[in-house]
Amino acid sequence: MNVTIVDYQSGNISSVINSFTEVAKDKINLEVTSDINKIKSCDKIVLPGQGSFKSCVESLNSISGLVDTLKEFAITNKKPLLGICVGLQMFADIGYEEAETQGLGWISGKVSKIDNQKGKFKLPHIGWNEIEIQKESKIFKDIKNKSHMYFVHSYEFIPEDKSVISAITNYSSKIVCAVERDNLFGTQFHPEKSDKVGLNVIDNFLKL
Amino acid sequence: MLKNRIIPCLDVKDGRVVKGINFVELKDAGDPVEQAKIYSDSGADEICFLDITASNENRETIIDIVRKTAKECFVPLTVGGGVRTIQNITDLLLAGADKVSINTAAVKNVDFVKEASKKFGSQCIVVAIDAKKVSDNKWEVFTHGGRNKTGIDAVEFAKKVEENGAGEILLTSMDKDGTKSGYDVDLLKTITNSTNIPIIASGGVGTLEHLYDGIVKGGASAVLAASIFHYGEYKIKDAKEYLNSKNVSVRL
Repeated sequence: MNVTIVDYQSGNISSVINSFTEVAKDKINLEVTSDINKIKSCDKIVLPGQGSFKSCVESLNSISGLVDTLKEFAITNKKPLLGICVGLQMFADIGYEEAETQGLGWISGKVSKIDNQKGKFKLPHIGWNEIEIQKESKIFKDIKNKSHMYFVHSYEFIPEDKSVISAITNYSSKIVCAVERDNLFGTQFHPEKSDKVGLNVIDNFLKL
Repeated sequence: MLKNRIIPCLDVKDGRVVKGINFVELKDAGDPVEQAKIYSDSGADEICFLDITASNENRETIIDIVRKTAKECFVPLTVGGGVRTIQNITDLLLAGADKVSINTAAVKNVDFVKEASKKFGSQCIVVAIDAKKVSDNKWEVFTHGGRNKTGIDAVEFAKKVEENGAGEILLTSMDKDGTKSGYDVDLLKTITNSTNIPIIASGGVGTLEHLYDGIVKGGASAVLAASIFHYGEYKIKDAKEYLNSKNVSVRL
């Protein structure tokens, strides 16, 4: 199997590479690239994302043909794609970090700043929080409800269709922390930094 | 609910751990990679390396250590000490660090914090503030391990680095550091109340109760400790079980 981690200069993806390499061992051929042809021919895609919504979308758009290729892969052909952190947020129609920015529009909804209730909650939401699994999910197979995952973000994805939500976490309000629709997956938390349980999520995705 | 983090810190000099854990199971007590792995296996919520290498020639060694550690530890890794340029940050992040901690360079030029957070995202920029009490409810920022006085008010500086995009503040009390007499709770309380970003408490931990004080009385989001975890005095698990028994939520 060939799995591609999309390298579109979205910030630090070393940890994503390290943990996927750890789980993939020799069974899976892992490629870190932005080469359109390689992405087209692979079996699964990982879309990481660090920094702001705006900078990530701009970086994706700056690579000619990348957005169309990803869309064809994940939406038209319904092949497995996992978005992590801003990688997930970009599924939305629109994001409000830095400036109003159009997203990929794969899952209708918006990305707005977490309501910190007038400073009652510190932002970014950094650290380990429990996930509450909302529906049966392929990437949460054998993952216990209320498992701890590592988060670091100030913005949250609010999808219109609540049925896509596969997990939430509680921080000032119920924050969407995982979505799943067909073979499209996204986690707001960082499975690559979430210790053994995070590696299990990665393993589930790689075993799909 | 967000859990309070416990972060063991390892001081690394010329590629070797100084004041490290002295467990019997350790093959090489000076190997930072091995020590980091022990911490992460025993439930550390993050790992912090502080590079105290004095000479520039040996600075490459920390990059190599980060690279090796990142392949074995799958919890966040913060690296501080001598982070002065965008290139320093790039090198550490590419090696596998998740966050870098900036100290002197932030004091010298707060625009560096802005530039770094703009380029890499606030999530990976920690500003380390070393503060010393100068009078009642007044603290000043010091650099170079507490030797250099800057004349900058710690509270004002904390607000300023937040404005400039710091994702977290690692706050060390220079009065308490190394004393094992507990965190400077007043300092913590003052800074946590004047900022909206998470504060990591550091300096002075001698008992598990001090960790409790840092979180509950000081309002810290995370507690960093070095010496109590060294020499096997307490294990990470002991700290977590203690806090849990006192109704402080931790990741068990």
